[in-house]
Amino acid sequence: MSVTEIQFQTQGMESAPAQVIEGRSQWQLTWRRLRHDRMAVASMVVILCVCAAALMAPLVATWTGHPVLTPFPGKGTNAFGNPVGPGTHGFLLGTDNLGRDLLVRILYGARISLFVGLLTTAIAAVAGTSIGLVSGYFGGFVDTLLARFVDAVLSFPVVITALALAAVLGPSLQIVIGVIAFFSWAGIARIVRGQTLSLKEKEYIEAARSIGANPWRIMFVDILPNLLGPILVLSTLYIPTAVAFEATLSFLGIGVPLPTASWGNILAIANDYYQVAWWYVVFPAAALLATTLAFNLLGDGIRDAMDPRTERIFASSKAKRQRRRRTVRQKVAVPAEGS
Amino acid sequence: MTGALSDETAQAWPTDASMADDVLVRVENLVKYFPVRGNGLVRRTVANVQAVDGVSLTIPSGKTVGLVGETGCGKSTLARCIAGLIPVTSGKVYFEGKDITNLKRRVMQPFRREIQMIFQDPYGSLNPRRRVGAIIGDPFAVHKTATGAERKRAVQDLMARVGLNPEHYNRFPAEFSGGQRQRIGVARALALRPKLIICDEPVSALDVSIQAQVLNLLADLQADFGLSYLFIAHDLEVVRHVSDSVMVMYLGRVAESGPGSQVYTKPRHPYTNALLSAAPAADPDAAASRRRIILTGDVPSPIHPPSGCRFHPRCPKAQELCSEQEPQLETKPGDPPAHLTACHFPVEAGENLADAVMRSAL
Amino acid sequence: MNMLRFMVRRVLSGLVVIWVVTTATFFLFFKAVPEQAVARLLAGKAASPQVLHTVARNLGLTQPILVQYWHFLGRLVHGNLGKSYYLQEPVTTVIKQFLPVTVSLVIGGVLLWLIVGLAVGIISATRARSLFDRISTAGVLAGVSAPTFVVGQLLLLLVFLPLSKTAFHWISQTPASIGNGFGKWSGYFVLGWVTLAIVQAAVYTRLSRGSLLDTLGEDYIRTARAKGLSERRVLYRHALRSALTPVVSQLGVDLGALLGGVLVVEQVFGFQGLGFETVQSIFRGDTPVVLGTVILATFFVVLCNLIVDMLYGVLDPRVRII
Repeated sequence: MSVTEIQFQTQGMESAPAQVIEGRSQWQLTWRRLRHDRMAVASMVVILCVCAAALMAPLVATWTGHPVLTPFPGKGTNAFGNPVGPGTHGFLLGTDNLGRDLLVRILYGARISLFVGLLTTAIAAVAGTSIGLVSGYFGGFVDTLLARFVDAVLSFPVVITALALAAVLGPSLQIVIGVIAFFSWAGIARIVRGQTLSLKEKEYIEAARSIGANPWRIMFVDILPNLLGPILVLSTLYIPTAVAFEATLSFLGIGVPLPTASWGNILAIANDYYQVAWWYVVFPAAALLATTLAFNLLGDGIRDAMDPRTERIFASSKAKRQRRRRTVRQKVAVPAEGS
Repeated sequence: MTGALSDETAQAWPTDASMADDVLVRVENLVKYFPVRGNGLVRRTVANVQAVDGVSLTIPSGKTVGLVGETGCGKSTLARCIAGLIPVTSGKVYFEGKDITNLKRRVMQPFRREIQMIFQDPYGSLNPRRRVGAIIGDPFAVHKTATGAERKRAVQDLMARVGLNPEHYNRFPAEFSGGQRQRIGVARALALRPKLIICDEPVSALDVSIQAQVLNLLADLQADFGLSYLFIAHDLEVVRHVSDSVMVMYLGRVAESGPGSQVYTKPRHPYTNALLSAAPAADPDAAASRRRIILTGDVPSPIHPPSGCRFHPRCPKAQELCSEQEPQLETKPGDPPAHLTACHFPVEAGENLADAVMRSAL
Repeated sequence: MNMLRFMVRRVLSGLVVIWVVTTATFFLFFKAVPEQAVARLLAGKAASPQVLHTVARNLGLTQPILVQYWHFLGRLVHGNLGKSYYLQEPVTTVIKQFLPVTVSLVIGGVLLWLIVGLAVGIISATRARSLFDRISTAGVLAGVSAPTFVVGQLLLLLVFLPLSKTAFHWISQTPASIGNGFGKWSGYFVLGWVTLAIVQAAVYTRLSRGSLLDTLGEDYIRTARAKGLSERRVLYRHALRSALTPVVSQLGVDLGALLGGVLVVEQVFGFQGLGFETVQSIFRGDTPVVLGTVILATFFVVLCNLIVDMLYGVLDPRVRII
């Protein structure tokens, strides 16, 4: 080999990195891992079904001929004035206490739940991240003030305040959204603040300051991308909390007011009828449980996909095989490469 | 705050007017204390970590000043004070004759184009979530000097210049080796053609063969762009290779400073002697025949530094005067004027400190 | 000395929290509930304006709001929570009347969730990836997702209803207090306990399992095993201590949020406890009762947090240095 060839080789080794693949961002890698997680995929399917159901609600109402707000006292209630069971007179899932089609009402309830869940989480995520970021980065007086405020919000008896507001202003969808968002952002803010405090000390932040970047640029261009992962996981796990919260408020009578259908207010009335109409409790409850369970699983799945160190119990066999293959390959490769 | 400079030396110092063209950075009696707060309800300051306690230095244009010392001697703090990253407790920093001490961020902004920094940790100094092209292009974005395609071209030029493949513009730092990451850091520092680059232990975290490559790169860039470096390290051989003048720090004060050739061949301060004797020698025979100077005594804390000369508890030549009076940084008889030492009893030619250590231990 | 200073700081901040929450609630209600509405409620729909005014004056509602607030603070410092508008009795009496039911519910629920949560969590961690672990993980996922009231309703439907048709009469719907004997008392409350516990136990199982798994992976546990200590000793003397610290902090947070859960459970099962009474009072505009309950609840939360902090200091000595 001539001298120039040797030179070229050394040059090549120095400038070409070990792998030949294109630069994959964190998101692309996460999505790949997520795709192989059986539970996460199943939960995504369920969520898509719920979304589809919510979107198709008016279609189903038209198709069955039972609009969501219309009671059918004749064929919808039996002789005692109680709801009729699934399958009778074209009511696929039965009826509620006023003889309204339960299936249609559940589908419309899905709209409310998804809307509230997603909107409140979005508001809480944006507000919580901004406040947590500012509080954590600037420190000092601003931080003390904001952190105390966050603590105060977190110490508030949530349900009572919600009750109070609703009792005073009359229950409505806006109040539900406002209350849930107000009490959710604080949790996110606290976590974001903690993460920001530790990220602030990293050397690349110091490097950004030495270039002359102003604090806002540092926060949004340098710190925020590192926060997006945890924020995504947190938000996905907050959605079921919001959905459950809305259902609880509606159950207590201070959430979405009747006659608008919400899973919570359906179950509120169902509480009095469970002895004679099991379907009145079971179907809305199933819908609620399926939705919250799916979001929780998805959140866990995303968390695991971002940090693949933990060995998941329900990993698909394909993922397990890949993991095993990778470890074997490493053991063989090391002696050959040297370092 | 008593300066560490004696009167004669201050007179020997160049003034602003005469050396305006040659001196890039002048630091006068820089002091940086970090307060230690108590545990009470009010949290008053109970003590101070005296990280830098009266240091003066000059960095001439186009030259490299090496700064050595053990961990905790204050060299990194000094560097950050000069770069304006942490506020200075007292003292002044002059850049091209202008006072840049403790300037507000907006006022300091134009100076940030002239003073840049390279960091020690190749893994921590680059944002893992941003692409390399964005990282190197940051200075352009912050100072609004180039946008879009122009910026991309400038970044790729920089990448080629530091020895990286410009096609890797869109990769993430995780896909590069340690040496390559340091090159990315160099490219970022070089972007706005600064006059001074402060290198905070830039090669300490790299393998020795890669160290050589990065050091050669830095030397090439200095020749091409007329850069000045403040080169901080704890490895003496590295500093010797790159520096024109050297400054040895101990516990926040300067022990010895001067032209590299002088300090390395005729070290006057006992601490410098001990450092040099501890540096590994490449020739095994020379290493075997060399006598190591082993310092005794505890490493003191910067919160309660020893009285008088800070090195006196560990110094083999220490006498009563050393614990009472702080030595001035001045030219000892027999040395050229630029070679300054802060010691009451500097090491003379032919003196063997290793024996002195043995004697004092007995 | 440090411990004392630490405690003083926490107590002070606790008092501040109580004050803030109370004031906020006070202004919320007084601003929002017009005096006319309250007076009308008591005096009847057909009352004339003069009667309304007299009633309002008797209740002290005609004074400017800041004056009312001042009186309220004054009474509070003396331990007087005011008088219920609706029931014409001191608030403290009202609270005492409804408190026992809530206390029964809370004690049973908290104990149940702690015992089950920790036990299942610890066993899952020590037998990681076994069948037990898999089943419990699935159970945890289900439990964590379900809103409390749904669990309660499903329990009523799937447990109580079938059982009520059989001869098994332990679980009943007749109110019983501890004075009626343990059997009757637990029979009345058991479904409430289980409801309260299921969701929380799931959280604690997951928390303790995760925390214990992390701790068991630490090097000092490996050292303890290498020394030859039995697995049980390793677990109880070394691992559990640090594994339990997140559980303790979570407990502090959860005791705070307890009131909401209790409220829901009481509504589902019809327990006549404080939660139930609070809901009624809110809808009646009976502000003193609501305020009294809120103050009590906040006080309870602050107290629990204080105890939790001290427990934390016992478990993790590093905290005491602060």
